[in-house]
Amino acid sequence: MSAPTLAASGESAGQRPGQPRRPRRIRANTSREGFARALRRNLSAHGFLLGALLCFAFFSWYPMVREFVLAFQKTEGGHTTWAGWSNLSYVFHDPAFWQAWRNTLLFTGLALVLGFALPFLVAVTLNEFRHGQGYLRMLVYLPVMLPPVASVLLFKYFYDPGYGLFNRLLGLVGLPEQQWLQSTDTAMVSVVIAATWMNMGGATLIYLAALQGIPGELYEAAELDGAGLLRKIWHVTIPQTRLILSLMLLMQIIATMQVFTEPFLLTGGDGPEGSTTTVVYLIYQYAFNFNNYGSAAALGLVLLVLLAGFSAAYVRLSRGSED
Amino acid sequence: MRSSWFRSARSPRHTAATLVSALALTALAACGTSSSADNDGAGGGSSDPSAPLDPQTKVTLTIDCMPPAAKKAELKEWKADVAAFNKKYPNITIDGKSTPGQCEEPARFTAALKAKSQPDVFYTYFTDLQQVLDNGGAADITAYVTDKTVPALGDIDPNVLGVLKQGGKLYGLPTSNYRMGLLINRKLFTQAGLDPNNPPTTWEGVRSAAKAIAALGYGVAGYGDYSAANTGGWHYTAAMYGLGGDIVSADGTKAAFNTALGKQIVSNLHAMRWDDNSMGKTQLLKWGDLQKQMATDKLGMFLAAPDDITYMVQQLGANYADFGMGPIPGGKATLFGGNDYMIKKGSSPDKIKAAIAWLNFKTLTPGKGQFEYARSKTDGLPVGLPQPAFFTGASKTQDDALKAASATMPVENFKAFMDNPVPGKAEPPKAQEIYKVLDNVMSGVLTSESADADKLLSTAETQVNQVLANG
Repeated sequence: MSAPTLAASGESAGQRPGQPRRPRRIRANTSREGFARALRRNLSAHGFLLGALLCFAFFSWYPMVREFVLAFQKTEGGHTTWAGWSNLSYVFHDPAFWQAWRNTLLFTGLALVLGFALPFLVAVTLNEFRHGQGYLRMLVYLPVMLPPVASVLLFKYFYDPGYGLFNRLLGLVGLPEQQWLQSTDTAMVSVVIAATWMNMGGATLIYLAALQGIPGELYEAAELDGAGLLRKIWHVTIPQTRLILSLMLLMQIIATMQVFTEPFLLTGGDGPEGSTTTVVYLIYQYAFNFNNYGSAAALGLVLLVLLAGFSAAYVRLSRGSED
Repeated sequence: MRSSWFRSARSPRHTAATLVSALALTALAACGTSSSADNDGAGGGSSDPSAPLDPQTKVTLTIDCMPPAAKKAELKEWKADVAAFNKKYPNITIDGKSTPGQCEEPARFTAALKAKSQPDVFYTYFTDLQQVLDNGGAADITAYVTDKTVPALGDIDPNVLGVLKQGGKLYGLPTSNYRMGLLINRKLFTQAGLDPNNPPTTWEGVRSAAKAIAALGYGVAGYGDYSAANTGGWHYTAAMYGLGGDIVSADGTKAAFNTALGKQIVSNLHAMRWDDNSMGKTQLLKWGDLQKQMATDKLGMFLAAPDDITYMVQQLGANYADFGMGPIPGGKATLFGGNDYMIKKGSSPDKIKAAIAWLNFKTLTPGKGQFEYARSKTDGLPVGLPQPAFFTGASKTQDDALKAASATMPVENFKAFMDNPVPGKAEPPKAQEIYKVLDNVMSGVLTSESADADKLLSTAETQVNQVLANG
């Protein structure tokens, strides 16, 4: 087998006069000599690449592989043994498992209702302003700049049933006090409201950028056809932003199914009668409170499999957007 | 991990960071050093484990929980103790390892155990024994701990030593021990017309006192309890022990709290929270929340260990004189816990002997080390709290006398607690998992006026049975 040469690759010898030069690329060489030459020529690039690969390998890929292995292991008496499916069986038989999934899906569902629609509506509204849009963008984005823990604690005070701002406001208009985080009926909704407020600024800006990429002629044509605001949104805005909406929806599903910080800080993780226990909080419990790393890894694996499906869809959509 | 809400740049990073942190622990654990026997004991060693260490033996010990630089007085005392210890054992090098926060953080501790990178003499909680043994982390020191090597051994509470044993073998020596009691705010007791020198000893008494304190108004709660982050279940267990009940059956296979006593606890809490309104409106509290309320005179009573007072004084700016303690309501038994030191498995016999000699000097000799109260008083450290409490007999008498002579707080405030000792009882097996389930009972009754005690207990019973069956 002969080694491919630069001449044969068409980079120089095969090039016709006047034809633009193709940029040099790192080529896959099949022979040791070719590989060594390519390595020498792009030494610094390979150096940078190696550093990144090592970091990923050590801090991301290796722990992932270890987690996978750990999900099928048990440590007892100083000896690590193969546990087969017992960790998964433990997780599936844990009474908290199904409750955690119900809570997580409820959180995801509520997040779609509130957290997905609201930023889009705000972006559409902001897009209509001709003046002062920069200031409004800043105002919408401000909450994102607060440290997440500070935002959550702020809401914890707002929700306090004794002295909280929200109950004071309700009292001012003659409405009864609410239990907010302290009732099984309202705890998860309250968590979602806090999380939406904290996070909607970033999403709004992304939607706004997408909206501003829609050609104005489309709206003008729609107006000429007699379309009102709602019809313009339905027939122009939504079709034109369909791809970004789909991507954001998938990203939100992936992210919200991993929710941890908000319920952990607002309700101590479990909430009243376990109504805000989420899957990731349960993983945290297994690992750091029960010292049961095997079960934590097993539950992580279950979550991983589910999210991998959504991630695959995300990647597919992303490729669609690049094409 | 936080939900993204479309923040594509920020949230996934948080998620990734948390995951990577957790997984990196695993990775570090896997890359950890392997356990190896230290054979630096040189000369003078005896093959008899029960014989004390020859003072001429050369050993280097790494030891957990040396006070950090920020704790100047404690660090000064540590160094002075090392110097005093080295007068008798000039060839033992103490290499103290300090940590900025708690001496044991569960995640770090677990990672160290997995990696077998814990110090030669490592700090654990009483509840850690099973985890340590599962990871092959501690040496069996039964043969090394005798009346000769630890003269006060006979006066250490057998219940406490029992927690550090498994299969008849001893794996640790205690440094501290707490027993739960009823912590009170003496100021509020006085304002409410109650006698702070006689805290209530029954739940009826607690309810009545709580009502009187809450009647002071200004958002003051009479009694407070936890219901989140597993601390609700922990307190439910303490209350259950106080009434003479149990959480799991004697053989550890079944839940044992769905009884008349269990229902009594739930019903009493419901009455205080919803009928009397004496527990405040804010619930889902966890460790640290009640201390803040009490330190700011907004709370009259809660179940606590004596060192909660130190936390309130040192961290929250309260005064020792404002607090007192009584025995746990019911007084049948009380939850105890504490800390101890274990010695790394694989250590050489001389190293084990040296470690025991140090622990005996530093943590188990009345008048020496941690019990040198006159020095603590001079250094501005608190003296007079009713803990550590693991001595009995002559050692206890001697320790109490020394403590009283150098007290920096009114020890009579703890008289009701000290004069009515309640037998200590260890945490149930699979404690944290059970506490998590019992959190739901506590949060249920404290956040819902229509809470059904029978249903809460019955659901929790089913879940705990499942936890115990899971093995």
